[in-house]
Amino acid sequence: MPGKLKAKIVAGRHLPVMDRASDLTDAFVEVKFGNTTFKTDVYPKSLNPQWNSEWFKFEVDDEDLQDEPLQITVLDHDTYSANDAIGKVYIDIDPLLSSEAATVISGWFPIYDTIHGIRGEINVLVKVDLFNDLNRFRQSSCGVKFFCTTSIPRCYRAALVHGFVEELVVNEDPEYQWIDRIRTPRASNEARQRLISLMSGELQRKIGLKVLEMGGNAVVGYLQCFDLEGESGLVVRAIGTACTLDKLIPGTASNTTTQPNTAPASNACNSPSKESKEPVFSEDPPHPLSVPPTPLRTLPSSSSSPPPFSSSKPCSRQSSSSDTDLSLTPKMGMGSGGSVGKEAGPLKTLLRQQAQSALEQREFPFFTLTCFPPGFLVHIGGVVSARSVKLLDRIHNPDEPETRDAWWEEIRQEIKSHAKALGCHAVVGYSESTTICEEVCILSASGTAAMLNPRFMREGCLDAGGSDHRLSRQPPLGVVGSERGEGEVSSAWLGFDDASPPSCGFCHIPYDEFNMPFPAQLTYCYHCRRQKVPDVLFTTIDLPVEAAVTGKGCLIQARLCRTKKKSQGEVNATAISNLLPFMEYELHTQLMNKLKLRSMNALFGLRIQISVGENMLLGLASATGVYLSALPAPGGIQIAGKTPSDLSYDQHISTMQKRINDTIAMNKELYNIHPLKLFTLDPEAFTGLNTECIEEVVGSPIPDRQRSRLFRSTSESSDELSELDLSHGKKDAFVLDIDDTDAVEDIQSLLTDAPMPAGFYSCNTEVMPGIYNWTSGLQMFTSVRVYRLSNANLTNQGLNKIFTDLCENLLKSLYFKLRSMIPCCLCHLNFTVAVPEEELIQVAVTAVAMSFEKETQLAADKALTRGSGENEEQLQFSMELCGESTSSNNQPTAKPSGVPESAMIHSSSRDRCSTWLELLRLKAHTIRRGSVKTSRRTQSLANSVSSSERCSPLPDVRSRSLRSTRSLPCGAPVIVVKMTPLSFLPRTRIIKYLGIINMFFIRETTSLREEGGVSGFLHSFIAEVFAMVRAHVAALGGNAVVSYSMKECVFMENPNKNQAQCLINVSGDAVVFVRESDQEAIPPLMTSGQASTTGADGTT
Amino acid sequence: MSQDLNPIEHLWGILKRKVEECKVSNIHQLHDVVMEEWKRTPVATCEALVNSMPKGCCLPKRSPRLDRYITLVKAYKMSMELDVFVGNTTIMDMDVYQLWLDGLTVSDAVKVRMDEGALLECEANAEVLTSDTMDQFRTFQMCERLLHSPTKVGSQLLYQIPAQHQRILIERYYEFDSVFAREVLGKKLSKGTKKDLDDISCKTGITLKSCRRQFDNFKRVFKVVEELKGPLVENIQRHFLLSDTLARDYAAIVFFANSRFETGKRKLQYLSFQDFAFCAGQLISYWTIGAVDSMMEDMDVDLEKEFLHELKDLKVLVYDKDMLDQHKILVCAALRGKIKVYKLMEANFKNLSRALINLASKLTHTKDVRDLFIDLVEKFIEPCRYDRWTVAEITLFLTHYTNAAHCLGTFRHQMIWDRYMGVIKSCILQMYHE
Repeated sequence: MPGKLKAKIVAGRHLPVMDRASDLTDAFVEVKFGNTTFKTDVYPKSLNPQWNSEWFKFEVDDEDLQDEPLQITVLDHDTYSANDAIGKVYIDIDPLLSSEAATVISGWFPIYDTIHGIRGEINVLVKVDLFNDLNRFRQSSCGVKFFCTTSIPRCYRAALVHGFVEELVVNEDPEYQWIDRIRTPRASNEARQRLISLMSGELQRKIGLKVLEMGGNAVVGYLQCFDLEGESGLVVRAIGTACTLDKLIPGTASNTTTQPNTAPASNACNSPSKESKEPVFSEDPPHPLSVPPTPLRTLPSSSSSPPPFSSSKPCSRQSSSSDTDLSLTPKMGMGSGGSVGKEAGPLKTLLRQQAQSALEQREFPFFTLTCFPPGFLVHIGGVVSARSVKLLDRIHNPDEPETRDAWWEEIRQEIKSHAKALGCHAVVGYSESTTICEEVCILSASGTAAMLNPRFMREGCLDAGGSDHRLSRQPPLGVVGSERGEGEVSSAWLGFDDASPPSCGFCHIPYDEFNMPFPAQLTYCYHCRRQKVPDVLFTTIDLPVEAAVTGKGCLIQARLCRTKKKSQGEVNATAISNLLPFMEYELHTQLMNKLKLRSMNALFGLRIQISVGENMLLGLASATGVYLSALPAPGGIQIAGKTPSDLSYDQHISTMQKRINDTIAMNKELYNIHPLKLFTLDPEAFTGLNTECIEEVVGSPIPDRQRSRLFRSTSESSDELSELDLSHGKKDAFVLDIDDTDAVEDIQSLLTDAPMPAGFYSCNTEVMPGIYNWTSGLQMFTSVRVYRLSNANLTNQGLNKIFTDLCENLLKSLYFKLRSMIPCCLCHLNFTVAVPEEELIQVAVTAVAMSFEKETQLAADKALTRGSGENEEQLQFSMELCGESTSSNNQPTAKPSGVPESAMIHSSSRDRCSTWLELLRLKAHTIRRGSVKTSRRTQSLANSVSSSERCSPLPDVRSRSLRSTRSLPCGAPVIVVKMTPLSFLPRTRIIKYLGIINMFFIRETTSLREEGGVSGFLHSFIAEVFAMVRAHVAALGGNAVVSYSMKECVFMENPNKNQAQCLINVSGDAVVFVRESDQEAIPPLMTSGQASTTGADGTT
Repeated sequence: MSQDLNPIEHLWGILKRKVEECKVSNIHQLHDVVMEEWKRTPVATCEALVNSMPKGCCLPKRSPRLDRYITLVKAYKMSMELDVFVGNTTIMDMDVYQLWLDGLTVSDAVKVRMDEGALLECEANAEVLTSDTMDQFRTFQMCERLLHSPTKVGSQLLYQIPAQHQRILIERYYEFDSVFAREVLGKKLSKGTKKDLDDISCKTGITLKSCRRQFDNFKRVFKVVEELKGPLVENIQRHFLLSDTLARDYAAIVFFANSRFETGKRKLQYLSFQDFAFCAGQLISYWTIGAVDSMMEDMDVDLEKEFLHELKDLKVLVYDKDMLDQHKILVCAALRGKIKVYKLMEANFKNLSRALINLASKLTHTKDVRDLFIDLVEKFIEPCRYDRWTVAEITLFLTHYTNAAHCLGTFRHQMIWDRYMGVIKSCILQMYHE
């Protein structure tokens, strides 16, 4: 008997009137766990009953504890007729099973009814006594921690990352059982809710078992999904990344800097004992070899050692790296990834071999994480994705998971091979999804092919310190980042660092440059000048913290609608699978165009969703565009007309061209993209620069392009330098052919994306590059829109327009709604599209608006500009010192921004390089000084904000409690629970994870009109879901939900019958946070939480 | 048809001006610019143009193109099947809240917001504004149930609303138009009166919806505090979490509704709600049971019966001839030379005194209590006004009139007298508009 579950029903409040005659209710409660049920006494004639029951005790297996929820039903006692149910509360016991999470669940829960929504609240106390069970063959996995967060949770450090775990369970959907024809909607909904709760419990337990088998103790990046397949069943599946996490003692977190070069030897020595237990690693023969690369890194003197990069031969791809082209379409024949290793230097081979051996034995070297500690990610290959169309009615044993397992297996294999083709051994930021329409199901998987640092797979280095580090670093980051980058650049120049500097290393291509899996333009990295980078980089992960970024990022969306004929079965499936590659291609093109239009060169957090309906397919790709300093500046967009015809047509074209150019220029301004041409310091780069710098200054791209073309053609003759010239400006303008009217429309639509209103930024990743001074103000929201297509025979074009307008208008509305938060950034904008019915398009978006401080932002900017200004002066000064070589024609071109430097540099000779270097360091210093100032200011502001925030509720509480002392039923004020889709809350420190929140609700109505139509219905349902999430978190003792997401929102309506039904699935991590300024003080909200619970007790 | 009457002409005008701003040199460019500007012209502009037409002006010559544009937009709105926005912290725009409270329809509210320049914010367009307004209205509607019992607002879990917002929400919801309150003051808060709301709405220009809300608020507060023990204002504050001033106003409304004071007569029309509220405050403070007995035993909705009964004893001041004369002499002595209307006062003293004393002695009858204000006006205020007394003069007169009674050797009802005259004096002063 491994566990004892205890529950106590304390009180109820705000109950609905169940007895019309007396306007009162005779309420009692049934508490059910497994097959055991207890009842409280009836508390007669009250809407605020005080049951104050005894402890109901359930003695159960821990397996059941994991699978089953505690089910609390509130009923109205009727002497003559059957008792009426008021509503239910399901409580997930799981958080109580882990020793580190919550110890007690206590608080007010909304009483939920699938027909009426929330009907009053109930105060419940739940505890679990677990007995240790040493049975090796146990079926439970109590104690394995689950996190939705897709990075190593703050306040933990990862001793080991074991890798991919997945599981899938299938059951018959109660909605489609025969009995459903005779039972009430309420019974049917409750059966479904209960079943899904049970299934996700079971799923979690099974995944936990796998983790224990691997030797881990936690699952990070846990992603659970439901597939409502209809007749063929109900699938609950989940993926995640198994880890061994160590809890960090608060305070030490900041000290454990996770630089990749922390004591490699000692770690290596320590680990074997551990490894022997873990099959994954004990089978890892090349392990001892893993040591060599690290010492190299730590010993600066070893610049002479094996690969001296100062010589920088073009073949210096000892660290392979990133990809350019979205590998979206499987077109890139996935050729031989094998050739990669061949020519590589010894070190690279070593690295690769190790990594491969570490990862290759795994069936799937996948990681659901999207955010990594510095040094974990070595190189990024690019996005890999795979889709497959399946027919659900062909499943032989619908109740067994085998078929679905095989499907996913197939797709994962494909992903793996794609990654291999990109020269990568791992896939990060991995996710899976489905879309179902009738019997057709599209399975999709996508991720980012990457090379990982094998050390992280072996010994403890994946440090939450890293992520914590990043958090603490955030306010002054703009500066710290640059400072760090600076340091690394210089160290790279000194040539003692074999690995690529973190700020650009991940951009370097991992594949073989002479044997690329797809066509891409490679250039030398703009940051370190030593390795090849692609011209664009698409990824599904978050922007690495250490990445050097110029300017700000922004949300980029590609939207696409394709009609298809209505058909059945195989014909339908074939039609869909034929359409898919075209859609992906078109989405890709759109993304690329929009990226260029914003003058950016990389996409992060790319998420492509394809949704299938009866007569159309919807595609929505969202990502955050940024300008990676290491990648070449994107060329403009060049429109090429058909055959040159009359003059006015040309002019027409040129107007458009002009508008495009204007947009690009405007966007550059908007996103603050003014790349500093630091790279030009590289002595090798000097040669090719003459004409280029001048070109940069000239505005109009057409002549520019011509010039650069010329330039290219000349440079192509000389092989060595050809790489360098590519690096420049507008050289490779992206050519758009206008050969038909469609293309014109496309370009028009390209330009119709309205810019964000002033004061707003948006992204779909965790953090927005370029904004660091967040305030604690945030607002999480969900917005849903359903659009009815009125015209039955719409064209692709018309549909596209509607779909684009729908998304754009939604965004506009969001901006307007949140205008009081300006300046603010919409982070983690997560769009989901669906085709719920034939003529409906549904778009749902969940995101968080976070405001930041404008003044400090400005101050920081000023500090930066001042820094650069000083730098310029210094440069000029030194130039005077160095005398004559400054050619006269360079002087006039010397304008602010980065241009003058390069202009001047070209004249300087190589031996002066060291001077520049020093100057750059100086500059870094000034910047750093500036940053210190601003950060301090931020701090004080933060203090004032938080203190005022802390103060304001108190008097309020007092006054209310004064009032409420007079026998009114309202107790202590409700605890404020923050929610965010991000893994952190700005200006706060998460001190405890209380467990995963994974809730599933169904709501149905037969009085749609009375509830305010579909909008009223869904509005209140979503509000109810939020309320229930908050209540559960508060009951666990938490004050926030991080990594919150709404994974499912299935809405069905029948206005003619006045009916509607909606299913919502949400998940997140319940946490306790403290404000950063509070430091180690007792968390104020915790105490208030406790106070409130005791207050609640007191009222009983 | 004149140009002014056809909205499309305005639109062409706007377009023309815009096109002229961009200097174009050929037909393609013109095409580009025109198309761009046409697209850019917000629907709001079109709607505003159409709406700016004089009422009843039929528009036979409305351009079919404009019509199509407008129908397209309307179709767009119709085809937006569902549109919701839910924040973890419930977002409430207090300006929109006021529009909702004022009982505006969504489209009227959109118009008002447009006029107030909401479109300038955040590059909004009419659609965005409509969507936002609808959403806000829906939110308020959903919160309305909670606002009916404000104590629940703090403890409910459904909406996470910051405390200061909660307070504003409640306060604003219970605020009322004094014009409206004036209309229903002293009336029975029943269904019959609710039917009269239509008339009141017409008369005051307050929307029927807003009238209903205000009336229901009165009724709700009345129902809750009617039977409660303890001080009225405090009860209202505790159960409805209202501010002190608002709670006092509600106390006045409850008090008037309970005693059914006559306020509707034509002669009383000049009195504002504030005047009555002040009087009610006086009555509650000095004439109810709660006034003498601070024990929470009884409520202060009703006037103290015992006191009203005792008021009969004041009759001696009029019916005892000696006392009346003596009283007059004392008052005249005190006022001589101090007021301009001395002569008139001297002549009218008996009448004035009789009016006040008779009023006091009649108050045992419920009907006369109801007529308290009309009596005050007819018997005292109007004669004074006829004689052009100033407020200062009345103040002086009443002060000395009250004090003089103390000097009457044979007068034994000082306590009752003070309690009565204190209230009467301040009420008269409040009600006396020069």
